[in-house]
Amino acid sequence: MVYLDHNASTPLDARVLEAMQPYLLANFANASALYREGRVARAAIDQAREQVAAFVGAHPSQVVFTSGGTEANNLALKGAVLGMDLTHVAVSGIEHSSVLQAAKALQRRGVTVTQLPVEHTGQVDVTTASGHLTSGQWVTLMWVNNETGVIQEVSAMAAAAREVGAFVHCDAVQAAGKLRIDFNTSGAHVLTLSAHKINGPKGVGAMVFDRALDIEPLLHGGGHEHGLRAGTENVAGIVGFGAAAALAAAELEARVAHVSALRTLLEARLAATLPGITVFGQQAPRICNTSFIAVPDVHGETLLTALDAEGFAVGSGSACESKTGQPSHVLMAMGVAPSLAEGALRISLGHATTLTEIESFTVILAKVIAQFRDMAAVRLA
Amino acid sequence: MRLPIYLDYSATTPVDARVAEKMSKFLTIDGVFGNPASRSHAFGWAAEEAIDEARGHVAALINADPKEIVWTSGATESNNLAIKGVAHFYQKKGKHIVTCKTEHKAVLDTCRQLEREGFDVTYLDPETNGLVDLNKLEAALRPDTVLVSLMHVNNEIGVIQDIGAIGAMTRARGILLHVDAAQSAGKVPIDLETLAVDLMSFSAHKIYGPKGMGALYVRRKPRVRIEPQMHGGGHERGMRSGTLATHQIVGMGEAFRIAGAEMAAENERVLGLRNRLWVGLQGMEEIHLNGDMHARVAGNLNVSFNYVEGESLIMALKDIAVSSGSACTSASLEPSYVLRAIGRSDELAHSSIRFTLGRYTTTEEVDYTIKLVRDKVAKLRELSPLWDMYKEGVDISKIQWAAHH
Amino acid sequence: MAYSDKVLDHYENPRNVGSFTKDDPSVGTGMVGAPACGDVMRLQIKVNDQGVIEDARFKTYGCGSAIASSSLLTEWVKGKTLDQAREIKNTDIATELALPPVKIHCSVLAEDAIKAAIDDFKSKQHVDAKKTA
Repeated sequence: MVYLDHNASTPLDARVLEAMQPYLLANFANASALYREGRVARAAIDQAREQVAAFVGAHPSQVVFTSGGTEANNLALKGAVLGMDLTHVAVSGIEHSSVLQAAKALQRRGVTVTQLPVEHTGQVDVTTASGHLTSGQWVTLMWVNNETGVIQEVSAMAAAAREVGAFVHCDAVQAAGKLRIDFNTSGAHVLTLSAHKINGPKGVGAMVFDRALDIEPLLHGGGHEHGLRAGTENVAGIVGFGAAAALAAAELEARVAHVSALRTLLEARLAATLPGITVFGQQAPRICNTSFIAVPDVHGETLLTALDAEGFAVGSGSACESKTGQPSHVLMAMGVAPSLAEGALRISLGHATTLTEIESFTVILAKVIAQFRDMAAVRLA
Repeated sequence: MRLPIYLDYSATTPVDARVAEKMSKFLTIDGVFGNPASRSHAFGWAAEEAIDEARGHVAALINADPKEIVWTSGATESNNLAIKGVAHFYQKKGKHIVTCKTEHKAVLDTCRQLEREGFDVTYLDPETNGLVDLNKLEAALRPDTVLVSLMHVNNEIGVIQDIGAIGAMTRARGILLHVDAAQSAGKVPIDLETLAVDLMSFSAHKIYGPKGMGALYVRRKPRVRIEPQMHGGGHERGMRSGTLATHQIVGMGEAFRIAGAEMAAENERVLGLRNRLWVGLQGMEEIHLNGDMHARVAGNLNVSFNYVEGESLIMALKDIAVSSGSACTSASLEPSYVLRAIGRSDELAHSSIRFTLGRYTTTEEVDYTIKLVRDKVAKLRELSPLWDMYKEGVDISKIQWAAHH
Repeated sequence: MAYSDKVLDHYENPRNVGSFTKDDPSVGTGMVGAPACGDVMRLQIKVNDQGVIEDARFKTYGCGSAIASSSLLTEWVKGKTLDQAREIKNTDIATELALPPVKIHCSVLAEDAIKAAIDDFKSKQHVDAKKTA
């Protein structure tokens, strides 16, 4: 089975597992305990906090561990809005559902939510978006879109927001590990991260934030994480996140070079074998590993099933929305026709993806599509 | 015998090797690492299947329907979700909540937050044995009460609350009952077919599963509604969004399965060791058991060694890992609020040690502990001016202390 | 909480544990803190005719840092005049023992204890002086 759905989740790096294992078994103590074993667990968390901070150019004191990207996004939006009594929120239409739904929850509580427009390219135009910014507003813009892989102009947006006195939250879940991130120069007030997108474990994430902000915790009780996130720390998970972040930081350039080359090859082959193919977001800068494509007259869902039977795992968009059967909200926001959006297929590569895998994938995809077209032709006849 | 001896099973437990073994199959490239929400390929399906199986194991231990289990990141989140979720959903019906002063911080701090949002919370005083008097509970209920939140087993003193009787009382009045069962699951039989409990919080790491994993039971018949606190992709039937951590869930499922199979035998063994420890400490002067001895979970022994300060005792007992008060407050200098709530004096509260025994505790460890505690308490009492005064017959409670903090 | 080696040393081998007869006119007793706060320190000094502290004893109910602070103090005050002993600052103790911020109050208590012991000794001399007069 060939796995080409790394934007949904990534396998845990064996080296990360090795780092985690002691904290499940031998060093299992509660990090709040006063005895030596508790302090060992606490030290491991401290180290992971340093690793995650270094990974994104932040100070360890700016890192709050959460149960994942969804919680980090909820904490950023709701925590800041409630903590600072903000009344206005602006989000782009292509944000992850955890941002969009958190914004909706705030809207039900009386917060005004503005949707920032998205260009056909998949990018939010900063000049256009600036017109929607107001002082004291909370602005959430993802660094990289999870479906298209399009890179947003985060720094420009942050500068524009700061100019009017707005706050900027950047969801960096898909950017981390694929781009070099520097929190302090990005201009963002808050950054959110997830471990399982960078070959770390599921169930761990982080919010990196400017400590001048007053953020209200989502989870109360026990005062962990400087009072910002209660709950016994998932020591093994946090250690895994730290290890994954350290590896991603050390190997970033090599990984990007490898994956970019494969993606270039993939898209060249697809263009050659599948005339009329659309690659969403191709006009905008994209991260190295994602190809979000649609082939006219071929339904995505059917294609996925056929590919799965052939041994290839790809995505149809966000894994979180895959149960609803709705066309991608990202493509809708980009103004893509629903008929084309329904055929969308997301191929996302990982640093362990091989040339052979990509070559065989392009062959199989062409074969499967040819079969569909034959069947359709038969039916028409 | 390996030192230090771990006697802090209520703070956390090691992951059972069988659980770790199972978890390791859901992480790396050669395992089931897919996102369980991925509907388009076998990686996702296999993960979802494993999650369904785990959901079955958790439900089986408490005799619930698997559909009533919502995965969370731990008991703290479960408690937050249950209490805020009910309070926010039913606030038009009423804004009064009843809980007890000895609840876990995750319940108390959540209630405080709701008070800031305009809810009214009654914090019951427990009796000196640690249990809530049902008459006092009944007297606290009002027409606008929407929720009662009481823990099954207390994390510090181990007392078991009669949630059956409480459920009958709340159900008859149409009030929802939430029970924090983080310390009872796997140690006390729970049957949600017969208990009138509407929401119940669970933790994996208290019963040999992984940290960062928990669940909330949400009753379907009669249906209980909660407002989600974590918004996003609509996982867990919309009640809790966020990518499901397959290995964590599988670990919790396996831990609950093992607990179901081994609970009876394990309880008997642990109870024997706990009683051995208590008997071994008999004859020491001025030792006080905190909490009811009978309505008590097998592995817990909470003792105050009067005139000895708890933190220094923990330091002296460095060969055993125990805690003074709960792990969550042990970094602060406050005496245990649980012991204060059951009417213990500050001195006794400051002098408490919680011994919690578990799956890997041995007779040899218990015997070593008895000897060590006896020696170290004697040594610290030699150092204690309060012990001197006690021996001289001075009543310490009558002294005017010039307390400056 | 990680304790420094010095705290551990004083905790495991406390110096000058014990008591003097309270009523001895050459003895000053300072008892500070409160059981409710988790620490009580009793420090006693024995002062010679030249006003020099010849000996000191302590007993402490409290955490390891409180025990170490009082143990260290008994070592420091020996051989000092009352005025010199009064100059001992809690920060000196905290620095010497490398106390973490949450344990600074232990050193404050020790400073309070020596002051209380000196005051107790002086008040006794005052009473004695009156008696002689």
